[in-house]
Amino acid sequence: MAQLDKRERITVAILALGGQGGGVLADWIIDLAGHNGYRAQGTSVPGVAQRTGSTVYYIEMIPVEPGDNRGEPVLALNPVPGDVDVVIASELMETGRAILRGFVSAERTTLIGSTHRIFAISEKSALGNGEGNGQKILNAAERRSKRFVGFDMDAAASEAKSVISSIMFGALAGSGALPFSLESFEAAIRAGGKAVPANLRGFALGAERAGGFVAQIEAAARPPEPTSAAGRRLTARIEAELPAPAHAFAIEGARRLMEYQDTAYAALYLDRLGMIGARDDGTDDHALSREAARHLALWMAYEDTIRVADLKIRSSRFARVQSEVDVKSGQVLSVTEYMHPRLQEVCETLPAGIGRFILARPGLRRRLEPLFAKGRHVETTSLGWFLALRLMASMRGLRRRSLRYIEEQVRIEGWLQAVREAARHDVPLATELLRNQRLIKGYSDTFERGLANFVSVMAAAPLNGGPDAAERTRRLRDAALADDTGKALAAEIAVALAQ
Amino acid sequence: MAERSFKKEVERLRLCAGEIFEGEGILAVTKALLQSGVAYVGGYQGSPISHLMDVFADADPLLKELGVHFESSASEATAAAMLAASVNYPLRGAVAWKSVVGTNVASDALSNIASGGVTGGTLIIVGEDYGEGSSIMQERTHAFAMKSQMWLLDPRPNLTSIVDLVEKGFQLSEASNTPVMIELRVRACHVTGSFVAKDNLRPPLTVGAAAANPHRELDRIVLPPANFLHEVEKVEKRWPAAQRFVAEHRLNEHFGPSEGEVGIIVQGGLYNMLNRALELAGLSDDFGKVSLPIHCLNVTYPLLPDEIARFCAGKRAVLIVEEGQPEFIEHELNTLVRRAGLQTRIVGKDVLPRAGEYTGQVLLAGLTKFLQDWAPALAPQTVPAFTPDKDIIAEVPQRPAGFCTGCPERPIFSAMKLVQRELGELHVSADIGCHLFSILPPFHIGNTTMGYGLGTAGASAFRPTAGTGGKRAVAMMGDGGFWHNGLTSGIGNAVFNQDDNVTIIVDNGYSAATGGQDVLSSRAQNDTRRTNNPIEKALRGIGVNWARTLTNTYDVAGMRDALKEALTTPQAGPKVIVAQSECMLNKQRRVKPLLAQAVKDGKRVVRERFGVDPDTCTGDHACIRLSGCPSLSIKPNPDPLRSDPVTHIDNSCVGCGNCGEVAHAAILCPSFYKAAIVINPSRWDRTVNRVRTAIIGFLQQRHDRALAARAF
Repeated sequence: MAQLDKRERITVAILALGGQGGGVLADWIIDLAGHNGYRAQGTSVPGVAQRTGSTVYYIEMIPVEPGDNRGEPVLALNPVPGDVDVVIASELMETGRAILRGFVSAERTTLIGSTHRIFAISEKSALGNGEGNGQKILNAAERRSKRFVGFDMDAAASEAKSVISSIMFGALAGSGALPFSLESFEAAIRAGGKAVPANLRGFALGAERAGGFVAQIEAAARPPEPTSAAGRRLTARIEAELPAPAHAFAIEGARRLMEYQDTAYAALYLDRLGMIGARDDGTDDHALSREAARHLALWMAYEDTIRVADLKIRSSRFARVQSEVDVKSGQVLSVTEYMHPRLQEVCETLPAGIGRFILARPGLRRRLEPLFAKGRHVETTSLGWFLALRLMASMRGLRRRSLRYIEEQVRIEGWLQAVREAARHDVPLATELLRNQRLIKGYSDTFERGLANFVSVMAAAPLNGGPDAAERTRRLRDAALADDTGKALAAEIAVALAQ
Repeated sequence: MAERSFKKEVERLRLCAGEIFEGEGILAVTKALLQSGVAYVGGYQGSPISHLMDVFADADPLLKELGVHFESSASEATAAAMLAASVNYPLRGAVAWKSVVGTNVASDALSNIASGGVTGGTLIIVGEDYGEGSSIMQERTHAFAMKSQMWLLDPRPNLTSIVDLVEKGFQLSEASNTPVMIELRVRACHVTGSFVAKDNLRPPLTVGAAAANPHRELDRIVLPPANFLHEVEKVEKRWPAAQRFVAEHRLNEHFGPSEGEVGIIVQGGLYNMLNRALELAGLSDDFGKVSLPIHCLNVTYPLLPDEIARFCAGKRAVLIVEEGQPEFIEHELNTLVRRAGLQTRIVGKDVLPRAGEYTGQVLLAGLTKFLQDWAPALAPQTVPAFTPDKDIIAEVPQRPAGFCTGCPERPIFSAMKLVQRELGELHVSADIGCHLFSILPPFHIGNTTMGYGLGTAGASAFRPTAGTGGKRAVAMMGDGGFWHNGLTSGIGNAVFNQDDNVTIIVDNGYSAATGGQDVLSSRAQNDTRRTNNPIEKALRGIGVNWARTLTNTYDVAGMRDALKEALTTPQAGPKVIVAQSECMLNKQRRVKPLLAQAVKDGKRVVRERFGVDPDTCTGDHACIRLSGCPSLSIKPNPDPLRSDPVTHIDNSCVGCGNCGEVAHAAILCPSFYKAAIVINPSRWDRTVNRVRTAIIGFLQQRHDRALAARAF
């Protein structure tokens, strides 16, 4: 290990995902080294690993003078932990992977990592929230490297209208980790010959950003200010009736329910909140009131066909789609929805009497169901479909008479009843029961599965308290979110029943 | 046409004597073959030698100029059998494939060629790896070299050594009448470097000339009594001849001092990493100036008893650095040392791991242990073991390989998942190819994989029980596997034995997993190959009565219904569904430049992509569990009340339509939308749009006013 200090060799490892241009970046670096009197060698692992997986490109370089009589250098094909001078990672978790694999050392390594996330399949497919903890990676990157140059290179690439490989190359130049001039970096891009202007733009921005680590601080969303008389009245009620920590959620909840239905519905929300709040003993910064404000609003603003139609036709939504899919001026956009209302959902939207009448008659259902057996391609930007959706949205006035409304209010009342009962003797348990609302989401089958899980969890939860009642309830909920086959939940319920 | 084009690089193959060739390992091998006057080349694609095949395909004009015949062989067995041309004629031939799987397939022909022996030099280039580049079972090609008696070269991983050994390999083959294998690890195939080129040689005899003047020797054919003659010849003639050649041409190399208390014998391919380990231990430098003797085996089979004895004599212990197991070389070294009457202790797997790649870290640990035991004065102070950061271990997710954005194979498995919801879990016999990613999240489909093209054969033991409760097994197969051998080993077998299972053949138009080479059924027009031979025609020809070709795999409901029908139809015999849509990776490569040109020319172009409305998405991610598309991801929920992330489609979406179809078929959620963007719209487009926008805009204003009336 004694020779490490006087060594001439520079080693660079690039961790990138397939399609991020890790190979292009490696080629630039090899070319750059070659034009600065270095003998450089690169290796990579193409093939199946590249199909969305993560791969390591590895480069070694060593200065070779003309007439050097030491012979050909013997360069390694794989990075050795503790021996890598520069690590470039194209994404936050790849930065973490570089640390985990030992490529990053506090004595030697300049770590250049993008802080943006590309989620892995395990993170994306969770029923709830499966994201890895990025802050821990950032902390480790600071702690474990000689120097960490981290910023959102994906955002920088969009900003520069370039690709992430050029940003990474710029960050490498800006970090000063290689003994080469900015000009020679740019020359390597020019020598590459592909998309030169865009790559140079990205390079310049990357080099500039490498100057300092830009911490990402998300501004906490502030609750909306009331703008109408009704809004001010509701806000006044919230401030008078609820503890301060619950205000933000309650204000957002009231705002949403006014928009969802009307002021009276928002008032009903506050009435219900008040009944829960009365049992709040302040535990955990008024978690009971906070969670009630959040989850009751979500449940009361349940997603029915009226709501979906209403959201789909708004001008704000049209504008959002325009910007998201990057429509340029002079281009024409059309938007098609994939909707699949089943007879069930249609009946639920009808007045309760009619809805029940149809659903209770198997013969009638059999004749009607084929009409709703297929998904519809709803072209919202066409006049016909827009009008149809608008008609659906305008049924808001009839919502209180719909079958779904009546059913949901019964469910909500039952849930709140259980929460209030529990809160008499065990406020943390009551809070957990409120959080069970998180199980109900989605539409059609997904909704039915979620609702069934909710019912099972509520049935198995130790409503009467007991030791660890809150913890046991949380475990049941986590089990319901662990998979969509219900296996984990069934196992957890068996445990709960055995207790 | 393959995924990666080498049209530009191929020009470097024309370099003349004295010029400096710069490029990747695999390109250098190609140049070395041409410098050796090779008369014919064949092979089957597969990492890491896919690119070798692609280079040859792209080099077709140059090969024609030189009179070299090149074939994209139907399988490794075909390629190996092609070497028969070198049995009777002094034709140099080279074939390439992925080992050890390709060598398995080729082994019948290899045994035959190795038995009869060759007149012209034959070189078999195999890719093998114990590292992250490997996607197959970890076995050694070395075993094949020993059992069939073919010589195995393992060059140091630098271009000069590789090129030199390719050229020497042909000479060795001719000097010993034996086929020679040259083994390259993944990173060596893709290592960059340079070497001094020589002129390309036209083959002294072309395949055409040989065929025009046939010549035969009965004793080269494997049939009694010649086979017994071959056995004796191998031992008495060819083996000693090979050893003589290796010794005379000093194919193995010596580094460092001539004497030492201890020494190291290393496989050539591992030399560079060993040097790094020695350097980190303070025993070498960047230029390989090592302070203990090293014997580098560029030829790992056969070994030379004299050479080994000379190296081991006077040493207390010798470390053998040999990747993989069984440790064939270590076994043989022990025998040789014993026969030579030496007391040198051979150390190998007792300090180095039996399994896994010999990385610098692994070698440094093994080397340290070896020196501590046998030469403590040289041993480095204990190397600090690297401990991974516990804090982040749980946070960094695995990134298993998966289907690309817009992959046409995804909807097949989405449909299969939907069928399993209705009919229950199925036994699925998977195959080799991109479709094998189905075994990983989010699909979790597939029980076994038995080899390329063997999906259907892998299900052949399963027979549904009669009556209710009987369930058919499902087999997967790719178009590549189908033509490689699946047509006969799987489908023909199923017809003949009256199997009752279901096979899905993924017909994406390319040998996609190996880099997008054309196969018989490819829809592309290929100037040098005959494509467009439909799979269904072959199926019907071999006697399959229930065969369906679905030309749009993205029609998830259609896929689901076809599969359900195949699983439930009363018709006996094999049921085969050909699921046909073009590989998206290759399609994008093909279509993107065309579209860009059309846009540039002012032509009307429709671009489609999908999106998710965050205010109707409730964050259950059922859609992701039925898809796993890289462009279908998640982002923080913009709703301050919700904590679960919402689904999000990023700009890499290619608008394949799978998301929407899955949402329909699985009745998921109304959040998905398809945006169709008309670039360079026609006058009609613009007029319709103006009218629509005006009316919808007016209605939206009223809607906004109604919303404002309920504003908070």
